[in-house]
Amino acid sequence: MTVEPKLYQVDTFAVGNRLLDPAQRSEQARADRSNAITSGHRACQGCGEVLGARYVLDAAMRATGGNMVAANATGCLEVFSTPYPETSWQLPWLHSLFGNAPAVASGMAAALRAQGRSDTRVVAQAGDGGTVDIGFGCLSGMFERNDDVLFVCYDNEGYMNTGVQRSGATPPAARTANTKALGPEPGNAFGQGKFVPLIAMAHEIPYVATATVADLRDLEAKVETAMGMSGARYLHVLVPCPLGWGSASEDTIKVARLARETGIFPVFEAERGRITAVSKIRRWQPVEEYLRIQRRYAHLFGEPRRDDIVARIQAQADHNIDRFGLLDDDPGYEQDQE
Amino acid sequence: MEKPFAITLDVGSSKANKTGSWRTERPVYVDLLPPCSNACPAGEDVRSWLYDAEEGGAGYERAWRTIMEDNPFPAIMGRVCYHPCETACNRGQLDEAVGINSVERFLGDEALREGWSVSVDAPSTGKKVLVVGAGPSGLSAAYHLARRGHAVTILEAGPMAGGMMRFGIPAYRLPREVLDAEVQRILDLGVRLELDAKVTDLDATMAEGGYDAAFLSVGAQVGRRAYIPAGSAAHVLDAVSMLHGLAEGERPLLGRRVAVYGGGNTALDAARTARRLGASEAVVVYRRTRDRMPAHESEVREAEDEGVLFRWLTTIKQVEGGAMTVERMELDDTGFPQPTGEVDELAADSLVLALGQDTDLSLLDAMPDVAVDDGVVQVDGTLMTGRPGVFAGGDMVPGERSVTVGVGHGRHAAEQIDAWLAGRAPRVPADRAVAPYDGLNTWYFADAPRTHRPTLETVRRQSTFDEVVQGLDEDNALYEARRCMSCGTCFQCDNCFGVCPDNAVLKIGRPGEPYLIDLDYCKGCGLCASECPSGAIAMEPEEI
Ligand SMILES: Cc1cc2nc3c(=O)[nH]c(=O)nc-3n(C[C@H](O)[C@H](O)[C@H](O)COP(=O)(O)OP(=O)(O)OC[C@H]3O[C@@H](n4cnc5c(N)ncnc54)[C@H](O)[C@@H]3O)c2cc1C
Ligand SMILES: Cc1ncc(C[n+]2csc(CCOP(=O)(O)OP(=O)(O)O)c2C)c(N)n1
Ligand code: SF4
Ligand SMILES: [Mg+2]
Repeated sequence: MTVEPKLYQVDTFAVGNRLLDPAQRSEQARADRSNAITSGHRACQGCGEVLGARYVLDAAMRATGGNMVAANATGCLEVFSTPYPETSWQLPWLHSLFGNAPAVASGMAAALRAQGRSDTRVVAQAGDGGTVDIGFGCLSGMFERNDDVLFVCYDNEGYMNTGVQRSGATPPAARTANTKALGPEPGNAFGQGKFVPLIAMAHEIPYVATATVADLRDLEAKVETAMGMSGARYLHVLVPCPLGWGSASEDTIKVARLARETGIFPVFEAERGRITAVSKIRRWQPVEEYLRIQRRYAHLFGEPRRDDIVARIQAQADHNIDRFGLLDDDPGYEQDQE
Repeated sequence: MEKPFAITLDVGSSKANKTGSWRTERPVYVDLLPPCSNACPAGEDVRSWLYDAEEGGAGYERAWRTIMEDNPFPAIMGRVCYHPCETACNRGQLDEAVGINSVERFLGDEALREGWSVSVDAPSTGKKVLVVGAGPSGLSAAYHLARRGHAVTILEAGPMAGGMMRFGIPAYRLPREVLDAEVQRILDLGVRLELDAKVTDLDATMAEGGYDAAFLSVGAQVGRRAYIPAGSAAHVLDAVSMLHGLAEGERPLLGRRVAVYGGGNTALDAARTARRLGASEAVVVYRRTRDRMPAHESEVREAEDEGVLFRWLTTIKQVEGGAMTVERMELDDTGFPQPTGEVDELAADSLVLALGQDTDLSLLDAMPDVAVDDGVVQVDGTLMTGRPGVFAGGDMVPGERSVTVGVGHGRHAAEQIDAWLAGRAPRVPADRAVAPYDGLNTWYFADAPRTHRPTLETVRRQSTFDEVVQGLDEDNALYEARRCMSCGTCFQCDNCFGVCPDNAVLKIGRPGEPYLIDLDYCKGCGLCASECPSGAIAMEPEEI
């Protein structure tokens, strides 16, 4: 999104700007944003997940005029926000289990419809474990029934709440509690895991999008688009975890930005199974810039350096760049076909 | 209260949990000195006036008034200043420096178009201050002294005010309407200007006029001569006299082929002027190489565009009517030019010497307590000479010689004179840390290539004294102002407010204090500091 007609210093990269019309500023720039997760929560210093969740929910609250409810799977987001009897949530919020958030949300939408209250919208949220692993069956069911739910996955690439274990979204070579940095192939194995946004697209649901906490405007625009549609919608947000990734707490947004700028994490939008828009890389960087600031990859840069593994990760990023057309005006493989 | 099944406690808010206790570092909003201001000889608060200008509309006048607090010549500055601010500008490391000078010119011109003026708001102090010389330095001192309520008289030897701005810098770089208008604004404050009033004995003049203090700014007006053997038919003149004569309406006889000796801006102005006066060939002869020229690169380029020729590594041995003997030089290891013995002929009808200027300090002959060294007057940190109450600045004191330096001296001296007259201790400016480029998060700044000022077409630059460099229009000036990255201070982008995972940045919008850190909940993660585009937040260790 570019502001016309004249340059505004920070364009729409920053959260707000005094020179912008209030309507052109982000939801997060508003003093009256809903702060869906209020202060006092116990997320770690610099937690990307709580930030991503507030970004998403505040935008959804704005889009629905506050007429919405949320379901939440077990995971950091639930644990750090609701130690009984305290809560951080500033909207009706329901927690059930680690694995059933999509099913719970489907049930909430069905119940609201049965009561003639379909105008109250439902958002479900889970970590990557709750989404791509244990919750995956319920999620696929929610998709194929096209239930009226926006499902948001906060992807921090591991089971963080229980002590940083591997999930189906943990990237290759990353160290976790159960993929140790040992042996000839240290860290998580190559060739395993899954990228659920593409699986969601295969369900041909109305809307699928990816985003990161580093591009607020893009994230908010996607939430707004999603809330303007009905049926099953899926939003996959990359949220760095300083604890699990071993990154500095002040680097959370930087790490997310590098994930996008290296091509490691493709940011795009799709409708009914077709990619409709891709966020282009603005200042390309080699993957090493991304890997080096995370201790979960420290074994790649020790003695001896594992340049062979860095090269394999680079090849994956290059593949993403090519496949999704992340550079310049390249429309990309996916969009070429029709 | 009746509780539902299995519920034993009332619902509480997480706000009861003061997570601020986790913190080992706290974010603090800082206000560092931006490199532009740090480099400005006139001490302008560049970042502040760009900030005002970024708003457009009513912001322009506020911006202009901010400049006027420090410098009474925005329209002149925007034309002749060598803009060290741009050389220092952090944006130069990202793409290209902000066009600070062009925005200043736009604001200066806007003020002239709109007739903005300033007033004297301080009550009269009853003190009389003498200013000697109406060059940029004297005019600046007069302006700042008048605005502080002093009665100021300028005694000027020449027939018009402006000093080298009028009798040195040619009209194609500084149109005289602009100069006149900005000088007039100073006189409108009640400053008395006496023309053709050369001071020959400062002591006597001060006693006669009953002045309480004086500021000397007589410049360096005397063109330096070098001894070059010359035949009787040789036509040799000095650049300063030539430009001076021209400004007074004389047309110097230069011939068709003109050689100019020297490598400074004066040499270039002399050569460019010669072209305009009809010389088919103007050659600048300089004993070193191009990169060692004291002249500024932009002026060398402009001269080249106008067809001025250059002979590098060359000295002049002998001048006759119609020709000169020149010798090729070589730089030694220390970069100093050494003769090679190889000589050559250079056809030239006249030779213009531009070898620097000296100061005529005869007005101080009767004041042995005013120390003079190396031809310039010695001053202390407050610009006071050896005589209490007599201050000096501009070209007549040691240091770089430019309009901007002169203006800065005028302002600085005015402040010190004001303090001295009131018996106050001189103000010592606080040392402020300069905002480094590394402190910025440049991701947030829009990709915005610089807009350059258009220049007049070359034919008109070879025959007329029309202004060469044109101004930016409003759109471009606004765009250029908005390229400023606000190094080292908050510009209200809301990033800190947005990126805090703990909602611990409060947006209060008080003037000068847009945000506040809520220390009850700030965990000290540092995200606000690292995502602040302008490096305006520092993390400081908590005392534990
Ligand atoms: C050709 C040329 C081009 C230049 N171009 C630039 C440029 O583009 N940018 C830039 O920043 N600088 C430029 N400079 C330098 C700049 O003009 C000077 O550094 C500046 O004008 C110095 O200001 P000043 O007030 O100290 O002295 P001046 O400008 O020299 O003014 C001194 C004044 O004092 C008067 N005076 C002298 N003696 C007496 C006396 N005894 N009694 C009364 N009055 C007296 C003089 O008549 C004169 O009006 C240029 C200089 C020259 C020669
Ligand atoms: C059936 C079941 N198995 C295991 C757990 C323990 N558990 C709670 S949260 C969690 C991992 C959460 O990972 P993820 O969904 O990625 O969320 P994160 O904490 O990383 O945000 C696990 C294993 C559980 N609550 N229920
Ligand atoms: S472990 Fe990671 S996801 Fe969980 S609260 Fe800490 S930073 Fe956030
Ligand atoms: Mg997770």
